[in-house]
Amino acid sequence: MKYILMMNTMRAGHGVPAWAHKDLQAHIAFMIGLNQELRQSGELVSAEGLSFPDQAKLVRAGKDGVPSTDGVFPESKEFLAGYWIVDVDSPERAYAIAAKASAAPGPGGAPLNMPIEVRPIMSGPPPEML
Amino acid sequence: MTKPWDVTSEHLLRELAPQVLGAVARRFRDFSSAEDAVQEAMIAAFTQWPQEGVPENPRGWLIQVASRRMTDLVRSEIARRQRETTVARDVEIMEPPVDIESDMDPDDTLILLFMCCHPALTSSSAIAMTLRAVGGLTTTEIANAFLVPEATMAQRISRAKQSIKTSGVPFRLPSAHERAERLPAVLHVLYLIFNEGYASSVGAHLQRLDLAREAIRLTRCAKALLPGDAEVAGLLALMLLTDARRAARTGPDEELIPLNKQDRTLWDRAEISEGIAHLTTALSKGSVGLYQLQAAVAAVHDEAARTEDTDWPQILALYELLKRVSPSPMVTLNHAIAAAMVHGPAKGLELLKTLDTDDRLAGHYRLEAVRAHLLEMVGDCDSAIKHYRIAASRTTSIPEQNYLMTQAARLAER
Repeated sequence: MKYILMMNTMRAGHGVPAWAHKDLQAHIAFMIGLNQELRQSGELVSAEGLSFPDQAKLVRAGKDGVPSTDGVFPESKEFLAGYWIVDVDSPERAYAIAAKASAAPGPGGAPLNMPIEVRPIMSGPPPEML
Repeated sequence: MTKPWDVTSEHLLRELAPQVLGAVARRFRDFSSAEDAVQEAMIAAFTQWPQEGVPENPRGWLIQVASRRMTDLVRSEIARRQRETTVARDVEIMEPPVDIESDMDPDDTLILLFMCCHPALTSSSAIAMTLRAVGGLTTTEIANAFLVPEATMAQRISRAKQSIKTSGVPFRLPSAHERAERLPAVLHVLYLIFNEGYASSVGAHLQRLDLAREAIRLTRCAKALLPGDAEVAGLLALMLLTDARRAARTGPDEELIPLNKQDRTLWDRAEISEGIAHLTTALSKGSVGLYQLQAAVAAVHDEAARTEDTDWPQILALYELLKRVSPSPMVTLNHAIAAAMVHGPAKGLELLKTLDTDDRLAGHYRLEAVRAHLLEMVGDCDSAIKHYRIAASRTTSIPEQNYLMTQAARLAER
């Protein structure tokens, strides 16, 4: 079963967070370690981090299909910061990985407790049998 | 002297894989490294044979290449230890034994099957191990089949081997008692491989390795090695009788076509006949089980030339038996469908109520889809629409979701 784990960040600040050097390093090391762990457990399908929200553009089809781009809208409270796609044996395992990611260290080494949205990935048709 | 590579060569190579692995693992007493070495020999064969031809003694060729690789592994292991202990010693390097071929055991494939489908492994690890060690598939092929990166699949296999090592399973055929105890796990793994293949055999995924065919091949092999077991034959029958409908179960736009709407002329008659033959022999052995009964249900469907010819009373009787032999919420659900077809949809809906309190199935999309269908049959369109939509929001299959949403939309426009 494949799941996507979507890590959301608050929009506040728009850009790179102004954390202490030590805290930033701890956070980066944690994320690299988590990816490494998932690779070694044979569960990682992919993991990507996204650029900061200030790099985002909203695109719509304009007249004649010409892309019409716009800056991001200020009313969005949360932004997707990155995601993992994992292939695991149970939903519980996907939740456990998400909880671990959620506890990534932030300022002062305290767990960030970020909300991680976990959703099953759609697949092909189900078997006809039991 | 070599023979030209043809369609039978790949089949031969895959059949040889577990036999060669058995011989090498026994001789070098290291299953994990032997498995890696045989994998490399297989990759070498897949690269060289199509161009240079199939060697006169393909088994000997594979053993030689795998043994050479084992020797390299032993050498580098010794070198590593020497570096670690900084003691330089002359060590006799193990050379590939000349008589290794006489070490072959006809039961090797079976030994490996029991080893790879060991209950200590998670099902995803057992599936990967079985496909590689018994099926002779490469890590790349297995990774592609499951749409995961190759590195991830390689890790899964290496961890599976670690679990096998930790669990201390010896490389020998389990006793008759152990075999009986562990056979359900083996059959379950084969069944899961088939399901994965059957579920993914649509459209965009067509270029993926045909796991359903691979599962059928492995189950045929298991049946040949365990000729007396009725459930192995039952599982093979079930796979054949299900696979026979493959061409009819999706439409030109990859849309799902339910059993009652399929063009039955597209069903594979040869697979159906073979499935029924295996099933008939299995049932005559007298120890009826889960797979034989499911195969029997599939056979009743396959034998009906038109949907309306389906012998539902017989299917109902089979599900009643299944409820006793192997009770599960899915069996209850299928039993309710059969009861609805025999005694009317109201009876089916009544039976579904018992499942609403069963945590294993309550709220499951399939329960809601069946309920929607039965509500439509009794003429309660509004409730049917509601439940089709609930089911559509809960399934994790896109073709199924499209099907369920279309059902709701069709009813809403009536």
